[in-house]
Amino acid sequence: MDKRVRSLAEAVSGIESGASVMIGGFGGSGAPIELIHALIDRRPRDLTVISNNAGTGRIGLAALIDAGLVARMICSFPRSSDPRAFTQKFLAGEIALELVPQGTLAERIRAGGAGIPAFYTPTAYGTELADGKAIAEFDGRPYVRERWLKADFALVKAHRGDPLGNLTYDKAARNFGPLMCMAATTTIVQVSHLVPAGGIDPEAVVTPGIFVDRVVEVAAPRQEEELVRAEARYA
Amino acid sequence: MSIETQPDRRLSNAQIAWRAAQDIADGAYVNLGIGFPEMVARYQPPGREAIFHTENGILNFGAPPAPGAEDWNLINAGKKAVTLKPGAAFFHHADSFAMVRGGHLDVAILGAYQVSENGDLANWRVGDSGVPAVGGAMDLVHGARQVFVVTEHLTRTGEPKLVERCSFPLTGVACVTRIYTSHAVVDIAGGRFVLREKHPGLSFDALQAITGARLHVDGPVGDLVVPEL
Repeated sequence: MDKRVRSLAEAVSGIESGASVMIGGFGGSGAPIELIHALIDRRPRDLTVISNNAGTGRIGLAALIDAGLVARMICSFPRSSDPRAFTQKFLAGEIALELVPQGTLAERIRAGGAGIPAFYTPTAYGTELADGKAIAEFDGRPYVRERWLKADFALVKAHRGDPLGNLTYDKAARNFGPLMCMAATTTIVQVSHLVPAGGIDPEAVVTPGIFVDRVVEVAAPRQEEELVRAEARYA
Repeated sequence: MSIETQPDRRLSNAQIAWRAAQDIADGAYVNLGIGFPEMVARYQPPGREAIFHTENGILNFGAPPAPGAEDWNLINAGKKAVTLKPGAAFFHHADSFAMVRGGHLDVAILGAYQVSENGDLANWRVGDSGVPAVGGAMDLVHGARQVFVVTEHLTRTGEPKLVERCSFPLTGVACVTRIYTSHAVVDIAGGRFVLREKHPGLSFDALQAITGARLHVDGPVGDLVVPEL
């Protein structure tokens, strides 16, 4: 079993126009900048992107949107310190937005990975984000039915990974990573440290390798906050 | 001729945050919304230490690091750098919102555009323009055992924020349990605003006049007294 791939281009191979892509990260923490830039290099169009935010500045997810490759965003908070890319496309009507409460987004992705087609949550009951959704009462309280969320691909940033795809994360960069790894047909992970099998204590594994398809090492990955502060742009 | 000075009848945001902090028990699990509610962490009474939860996956985070010492994988829900206290924990987003929705948090504190007398909260958008963003607010209001709102009593244009029915889009229905304003502390009980404390420089009638729904009195009404901050 060897899920290692040698290059970022090989890691993102097969992501074609029209694909749905989950992208990990909460703000800059956990944002797989190098995988996203490799995806932009492929120029697939009409992507549906599922990510908590919608990018910052001119790099990473913002650059993917800026390049006109994203037709639809499913996210909870498409605002940031520099949200130009998404805001311009959204106000111009060039990108569709499905706004999902953050906890519901996480649970929909988890459900997608766990084979649970729908679930009920109290979140958003009585609000416009529950419009058109089924409501049911359990033990006297109303709940909103939400569907699972799956994707063709997931792009995730982890800290350590082994050839079997076992992963650990760095602090709060974990966020959506373990969920998205479960919910995509093909899960692609960039790791800061590729270690041999046995190099991660089984007690410390956060994402078991069964949820991972490709692992590529990106030593010293770039951090979105630092790139935005440096006014860097994808080129 | 003497000039009669009006006492300042408004609490500053820091003073509102201070007052809310007095109601958080030692050891409580607390989520503070982005912005104004974050100030509550500064005013924990001596001898009490709450455990702060942030939606992006940390329990027991602490103060911001010194400038230059930021670790951008160690941030709060406002994407600001934080530090860890001894005994902190990391977890993924589904676990984080299981803590929220599953009723494991003691208190969530949020800001508000409007709160209605039955506890509806409007705090995520005011109209149809711009880019809508909701984050975790709709989850938080349905999970914590107590949902506190910290807010000015009036909008910048002088409209009441405590109302009979919210006119802005709702974040949650019948979810707020207590409101700390610049003028009063108000509980929501039985679908009514129940006044618990009011600024001592303000008569009940004056407070009622700037409140958009009827204030009920059920038991003693204390003076809302806070230190200079």
